[in-house]
Amino acid sequence: MADIFRALDDETRRLILDELFARDGQTLFEICSVLTMRHEVASSRQAISQHLAVLEAAGLVTTERRGRSKFHYFNPGPLAEIANRWPASERASA
Amino acid sequence: MKIALTSIFVDDQRAAHAFYTDVLGFRTRHDIPLGEDFWLTVVSPEAPDGPELLLEPAGHPAVKPYRDALVEDGIPLAQFNVDDLAAEHARLAGLGVQFTQPPTDIGTALVAVLDDTCGNLIQLIEMKAPADDGGAY
Repeated sequence: MADIFRALDDETRRLILDELFARDGQTLFEICSVLTMRHEVASSRQAISQHLAVLEAAGLVTTERRGRSKFHYFNPGPLAEIANRWPASERASA
Repeated sequence: MKIALTSIFVDDQRAAHAFYTDVLGFRTRHDIPLGEDFWLTVVSPEAPDGPELLLEPAGHPAVKPYRDALVEDGIPLAQFNVDDLAAEHARLAGLGVQFTQPPTDIGTALVAVLDDTCGNLIQLIEMKAPADDGGAY
């Protein structure tokens, strides 16, 4: 679970998840384009690639090859672990 | 100085010629036998005297790893301007062209990325403001 918090503790990585949440299945090129043009993120392609590797290691992003290209997908699964550990509704009703 | 010709590597020159003319809609400018290959260039019908695109054989051993790495990351090797991206996307998708990136609003422009079936990705761009430099970035 520490990996999830570390992965989320970065604004660029949160923006990457925002963009994948808005449109799932993007190449590195597309992610870099929208970060630069919509969010004025000035990071290099290599830096974004490293951010994606951190997200993938935490299980928040999965990749799939289609044809000769690699596409990135948002995986909300690990976030459920946070809610399961500290369920908001249970405490509210207690 | 001006850019009169630029080139992309293609797996098969005849297949590339068919894609760039029949599907994309460019016109043949030169198609001259050159040993086993051809000096094969196309131009836009909107600019018949404009820059030529050379469809160059991809035989050099450095080409495959170079293009494989770019295609894996979805990086296009060339960019063509269109007046109406949505219409072009619909037309090309109808012809079976695969897009790695559907039409996307990037603020100053709309962009999409297609697979040219010859080993390259190509970005199509529709500028929102009147084009002055032909590129968004």
